Amino acid sequence: MSSDTTTATSGIGPVEGGAGTAYGVDNPAPVIEAPRKRTAKTPRSTRGNFEMAAWLFMRLSGIVLVVLVLGHLLIQLVLDGGVSKIGFAFVAGRWASPFWQIWDLLMLWLAMLHGGNGLRTVINDYAERDMTRFWLKMLLYTATVFTVLLGTLVIFTFDPNIR
Amino acid sequence: MATPVMDKVEAESAASPYITVTFRVRRFNPEVSAEATWEDFQLEIDPKERVLDGLHKIKWDLDGTLTFRRSCAHGICGSDAMRINGRNRLACKTLIKDINPEKPITVEPIKGLTVLKDLVVDMEPFFQAYRDVMPFLVTTGNEPTRERLQSAEDRERFDDTTKCILCAACTSSCPVFWNDGQYFGPAAIVNAHRFIFDSRDEAGEQRLEILNDKDGVWRCRTTFNCTDACPRGIEVTKAIQEVKRALITRRF
Ligand code: HEM
Ligand code: FES
Repeated sequence: MSSDTTTATSGIGPVEGGAGTAYGVDNPAPVIEAPRKRTAKTPRSTRGNFEMAAWLFMRLSGIVLVVLVLGHLLIQLVLDGGVSKIGFAFVAGRWASPFWQIWDLLMLWLAMLHGGNGLRTVINDYAERDMTRFWLKMLLYTATVFTVLLGTLVIFTFDPNIR
Repeated sequence: MATPVMDKVEAESAASPYITVTFRVRRFNPEVSAEATWEDFQLEIDPKERVLDGLHKIKWDLDGTLTFRRSCAHGICGSDAMRINGRNRLACKTLIKDINPEKPITVEPIKGLTVLKDLVVDMEPFFQAYRDVMPFLVTTGNEPTRERLQSAEDRERFDDTTKCILCAACTSSCPVFWNDGQYFGPAAIVNAHRFIFDSRDEAGEQRLEILNDKDGVWRCRTTFNCTDACPRGIEVTKAIQEVKRALITRRF
């Protein structure tokens, strides 16, 4: 019989080993700590209006996206011959007008920030370990910033005469 | 004249209300094993009895080590919330006949809180969130010499959220709470709502600020699990949305 009284490794307590090793005052059962208790010592610096702003932004950008995205899909995929008409000339023709430039720019920013924030909630809700959560968010933010910047650059510097 | 008596006895036993039910209980004892396991118990029970009666039968007649909480046994104290057939309910308000006794009835501890033994969980994180929203009347000025009067309409405004018995069925049904247990949870928000919308209370703004936390009302994903789980029929999700609305409208 082992005299080891810790149960941390095996999970099988000495109680099973028979008499003489039962838990008592001198040999207490292991304490089970609740994960991440919110105690008086937990910092209170987590308040602020960011989450409220993010929540409102999801709803407001969603409303605008209904018009932008459905309009976009209609123009690109349904009207005037559908997908078959899409080509360099079609894109060049549309981006010649500031109206479509602004439309696409707005759609790019709103969809990216909306989708990015949506995925941030998904990560917050599903990632179980702090490190996993942190790195997934870093990956998300990098991808979002990269896509938004690249898209913006293309819309503003698009050259219809490029060869 | 013995025959009629015999008949009557036979008829009575034929109409015995007892049926055989299998209780499939999630057992956990940290002093024996780090793993939780399912254990089946066969019971003779009247289907008009409750799951709590079944647990009592197990504890009193079959296995005295079965551990669970209950106090009032009548749906008032909120001690015996558990996951029965995959849904959070009070064992003392769930009739056997209502949850298909043909199949084994599964009984587990509520999710998202640390299991201490069998069906007993550590409620401390739950009560910590409750304490955090200051669930007591806050006023300024001199104490009135009589009751703090309130109109019937003012009382009606928060009537629904006064019904909470703090059983944790809602909070432990919330998938956001399951993740990391940091979300305040529906029950704390319901109890904040009870004071935020009370015309006699003066700390509504403070409570709203507390719930404007990163882990406050904005983590609610409106899944309605809490409303479905509430044994008191409180419209929990609605109360949470009312707090969100108050946060937005009081600011803009
Ligand atoms: C078409 C119009 C759209 C509307 C009305 C809309 C509306 C919403 C709303 C209100 C939410 C918040 C849900 C919540 O807080 O529980 C949301 C979440 C989300 N949206 Fe959109 N959205 C739209 C388009 C988009 C687009 C184009 C994308 C992708 C770029 C997107 C990606 C997401 C993601 C990833 C979430 C998070 C999902 C979740 O929280 O469960 N949405 N959307
Ligand atoms: S034992 Fe009191 S609520 Fe069920």
